[in-house]
Amino acid sequence: MRFSRHAQLLFLATLTLVGCEESVRQKITVTGSSTIAPLVAEIAKRYESEHPGIRIDVQTGGSSRGINDPVKGLADIGMSSRALKESEIDGRVTHLLARDGVGFIIHASNPVEELSDEQILGIFTGTLNDWEEVGGVAGEITSANRADGRSELELIMEFYDLKRADFQVDLISGENQHAIKTVAGDPNAITYLSIGASEFDIENGVPIKLLPLRGVAASSETVASGQFPLGRPLLLVTAPEPAPHIAAFIEFARSSEVHDLVKQQSYVPVQ
Amino acid sequence: MSRYSKDWFLVWSLRICAFVAGAITLLVAVFIVGESLPALRHVGVSRFFTDPSWHPDEFAAQGTFNLVPMLAGTLIIMTGSVLLATPFGIAAAVFCHYYAPPFIARIYRRILELLAGIPSVVFGFWGLVVLVPIINQIQPPGQSVLAATLILALMILPTIALMADAALANVPVDFQRAAASLGLTHWATIRGVILPAARSGLFTGVILQSGRAIGETLAVLMVAGNIPKIPSSFFEPARTLTANIALEMAYALGDHRSALFVTGFLLLLIIIALVAAAEWISKGRIYD
Repeated sequence: MRFSRHAQLLFLATLTLVGCEESVRQKITVTGSSTIAPLVAEIAKRYESEHPGIRIDVQTGGSSRGINDPVKGLADIGMSSRALKESEIDGRVTHLLARDGVGFIIHASNPVEELSDEQILGIFTGTLNDWEEVGGVAGEITSANRADGRSELELIMEFYDLKRADFQVDLISGENQHAIKTVAGDPNAITYLSIGASEFDIENGVPIKLLPLRGVAASSETVASGQFPLGRPLLLVTAPEPAPHIAAFIEFARSSEVHDLVKQQSYVPVQ
Repeated sequence: MSRYSKDWFLVWSLRICAFVAGAITLLVAVFIVGESLPALRHVGVSRFFTDPSWHPDEFAAQGTFNLVPMLAGTLIIMTGSVLLATPFGIAAAVFCHYYAPPFIARIYRRILELLAGIPSVVFGFWGLVVLVPIINQIQPPGQSVLAATLILALMILPTIALMADAALANVPVDFQRAAASLGLTHWATIRGVILPAARSGLFTGVILQSGRAIGETLAVLMVAGNIPKIPSSFFEPARTLTANIALEMAYALGDHRSALFVTGFLLLLIIIALVAAAEWISKGRIYD
């Protein structure tokens, strides 16, 4: 018993030592959408290494928090993965960081060229089960959903006004590569995926293809221009006239210096 | 005096190592229970078994949290793979030990060791791009209980074989000589003398591999299909407890996150039950 108490003390002492850091001159707090947080965290890491005096703290909590925190003074920068509502525009400035677009992918050998919204809804809610019913070659459709909480799933649910319980699917994929391999290995499969990630694999010869949606081709260009319907802006939100050190970070986050990080997260850079 | 101090040093360093190893296990268990508490409090224990489905949410009241399909998926896939891999593994060890010429036995053992050393993600990837399309031809969707069971069986087979091989090596050579002097045939010796004598080692190997089968995550996640529903055939997809955690942990918040820790807690309970069963059986049956 005495021994374990000593061990505890030692453990706590170690933690305290780890907690001690040099004092930082300027700290930027970023809160909001968990979709954008991983990207901003990566950008922040690079920015901190170039500007040793700055420390950037990234916290999640949803887009609504990202929109409200900067105004309430709870954060310097907010992150929102949706456009601001009319009532929210007042008293805030938004900075477009990147865009996210999700496209439906099928096997490259599948002759289907386009699916309407009704057909997509039918496939993912289990009312359409054969490719023949949507203009393809006879064969049972393998519909693959994405894991709960993934941003792709949330975007689809919002776009088609679906609830989790509405989905009647055959499979659930996790990571992007899991979804891509599922479709590449099954001529009758369909799933949806970030367009940036799909394009990368299509360029590398993986037998999948992106379907156009509502007549708009699914590509980085249409996502970047905002034409692609199943897309969303990834915004940084601040109070009007942010302090110089905050404005400098935002400028860095929007510059071409971090385009590789944006692409790594399968998003589309906008500049 | 110097000998005494050396002993003192050895004893205390061993004590500290043992304490650290034990403390880490306890710490992990305490952490899992602690993180599950919010969900257990907000959702309640019974809802994890009686809710209509698994549609978790950040707020307990808005989600449904049935873990029974994952429990069933885990137990079915684990049992299937252990039942499949055990006979092959023991047969491989018997071949290696009693039938193969020494030269071939040596190569065979190296191959088994190589197979045991392949990382699980490679098995999962191979399953996804080779095995799943083949099953898909027989009956879609391909990602299924069958695919997961086969991949898992393949993964635990070499370790079962190696542990069985070690167990057979522990049987005293005298047993074999005595059996031979009684005029028993080769097969009768193995079946009637060697295998019973090696029973405890064989059994330990199987139990340890069951534990590994339960804990295996990535390979199973890639080929099992992950639909949180109790499968009604081997061609249907299923979700395991580990896959449930791995799929959703990265994006889970609030009670959803805590519910995933409950999933881990359930996993912990299964492993405790497995170890306890092994202990009980090895005491009651094997050393009688």
